[in-house]
This record gives sequence, C-alpha cells and structure tokens, in this order.
Amino acid sequence: MTEAEIDALGLLTDPLRRALYRYVAGQDHEVSRAEAAEAVGAQRNLAAFHLDKLVAARLLDVRQQRISGRTGPGSGRPAKLYRRSTRQHTVQLPPRDYETAAHVLAEAVERHGADAALYAAAREEGERRGAALAARAPDADIATLRSYLGECGYEPVPDEGAGSGQEAAGPPDRVRLRNCPFHTLAAAFPPLTCGMNLELLRGLLAGAGCSGLSARLAPESGRCCVEISKTNEN
Amino acid sequence: MTEHHLAQLNIGRLRAPLDDPRMADFVRELAPVNALAESSPGFVWRLREEETDDATGLRPFGPDILVNMSVWESYDALWAFTYRTDGHLEVLRRRASWFVRDPAPTLVLWWVPAGTAPSLDEAVERLARLRADGPSPEAFDFRSPADPPGATAT
Repeated sequence: MTEAEIDALGLLTDPLRRALYRYVAGQDHEVSRAEAAEAVGAQRNLAAFHLDKLVAARLLDVRQQRISGRTGPGSGRPAKLYRRSTRQHTVQLPPRDYETAAHVLAEAVERHGADAALYAAAREEGERRGAALAARAPDADIATLRSYLGECGYEPVPDEGAGSGQEAAGPPDRVRLRNCPFHTLAAAFPPLTCGMNLELLRGLLAGAGCSGLSARLAPESGRCCVEISKTNEN
Repeated sequence: MTEHHLAQLNIGRLRAPLDDPRMADFVRELAPVNALAESSPGFVWRLREEETDDATGLRPFGPDILVNMSVWESYDALWAFTYRTDGHLEVLRRRASWFVRDPAPTLVLWWVPAGTAPSLDEAVERLARLRADGPSPEAFDFRSPADPPGATAT
C-alpha cells in the first residue's frame, strides 16, 4: 500500500504533471484535455499522456463523454474529462495512523457526550493559531485569511477580483472552502467534526483579530461545511 | 420487485417544556426546518399530528420525549438532508442544548415498501429492536446502513 502511494506521489515530481494535477484539482468542473493543455501551456498530446498517467496512479479520475448529438460511425472518439480523484492518498514516514486515532477519539467523545469539551478545545486551538497568524501578519484581512487557509489545506475559492481567469472565483466578501481537511472524519461523525471545525475557524478569526469576519455552518457536499463572511455591520 | 423507501424515527428528551424560554430557538427552527426537509431532494413523507403541521404533540415514549419520523427515497437522500443541508447541520450541532443526551440509540432507520407510510407503533418497535439487538437489516442506523430488501449486493 505505502509503496503504491509513494509511487503515486512520486509522479508529481515532474513539473508538467504537477502543473496539470494542480490545475485539474483547482477546478469546480471536469476538465478536457484541450483545456488542461492550454492552462499549463503544453502540447495537447503531451498533456493527454501525462493526464492518463495521473489517472493510472489514481490521482485523477476520468470520464468519457460523447460530444452531444453525435452518434454512430464518424462521430469521433468520446472526449475524456478529468477531475481530482476522490481517493485519499496518504504518505507518512515513518508510518503514522492519526486517522484511526481520530475516529476512535471521536467515537469516545460521542459516547461520552463530550461535544462541548471538544468544541472548547477546538476554539482554543483556533485562537492560538489566530494569535500566531496575527504575530506574523498584523491587521489580517480577508485576503490574508484566504491565503492562510490555503496553507492549511482548505483550498479557498479565490476572490473573483483576483482574476486568474482560469479558476472558479467567489465573491470578495465571502470565503468558501473547496476542501474539507477532515473529510473521512466528517463523513463518519458529521455534526461533531463540522462543529469542531467551526470552532477552530471561529477561534482563528478571534485570535487573528478579524472582528469584521464571522464563520457559520453552510454545508455543501464535497466541500468544507464552514463559510466565512464579512459581518453585516462592517 | 417492490421498490423501497427509507423510514427514519428519532426521539429526544426535552430539557424543558416547549413553552420554556430555553426552548425558544428550537421552536423557532421547527417550521423552517420542516419546510427545508420537504423541499430537499428525495423527501417523501413526514409524520404530522392531525390538524397540526408537526409531530411535537405526539408523545408515545413519554410526556417529555419528542418524536420525528419521515420517509426518504434513499439512504443517500436522507444522509444529505441530515448532514449536508444548510440550516439542518446547525440545528443538529445545537441539539445538546435542547435535548438530554441518551446513551442508547435515539435514531432508527428501516426500509418500507414505496408508497406506504409507517405507523408510529411500528417505529416504536423498530427503535426497541435496535436498542435490544443492535443494528440489523430490520432496524439500523447511519453508521451501519443496510441495503433495501431485494437489492443486489454491490
């Protein structure tokens, strides 16, 4: 298992492959070969070759789709559409299994009805992180926060004002998070995990001194269930 | 082969009567959350007391225990409504402020033939079964889902 995972991640050391992976993973839609090739500035056949390598390593998923309306001979080969694989790749060296530990701890918290203690601990952890962020970047604004959450793996949807043109963009007064860093735990213990995450992020906002921002649960399948937005009175 | 829908019953022991100020937020959320359920993909039916819009007046488990029962097209539909609907996850998160925690299961799932509504008596029985014997295809929970009767194993 670990050997296959190391091989999969090893594929990403190639700069072109990594650029293709990053681009596809960053999209809210399935990506065609032509789009991916254009985004990374590579020739289409070369991009296709690397995209299929990423599929073989289960870093990307692929779906074949006929161009609408055309059937029968002469309708051409179906188009391949790529998106990030739902498969989770984990390499920890030496081997570690914090995920099992997290599930067992969550089960114990639930059995004991200790939600409030978990939320309080999460809030305090968030506040510590927020204070550390504030020490590094005083007067943290929504852009600072977005970039910090990016470092934490939440994959914030970029501000539409940022205008990369390629990626899906969100409104400037809200932060939507494309990735749930606690995905398998959140699937097994949804209210507990999402509640913990909410308090982590509320603590972060408080600790960083972002008084004009607030976090709330706004669940959506396949994403982080927390949304951060500018408070109305600000 | 008959198509099956998923029935759910969940119960909660109130921390205070519904007219107590401590329950005000819960009471305020009732109608909007019920409406949210009805407009969610896969919703089929929910239990209502006669001449009212909800089931808060039905107390088969005791005077301080609320029941909530509904039917959904599939396990995924109920899961998505329960845990991934804006407005409902927040209510679940705050559940402990309105209901006393019960170490025994308070939610039970089972399959019913499509087009039939389960009776409250049957629901009470299913929960008793889950509590007595643990999850089975006749009475299960979100953590141990069972396939609908006649479904081919995948």
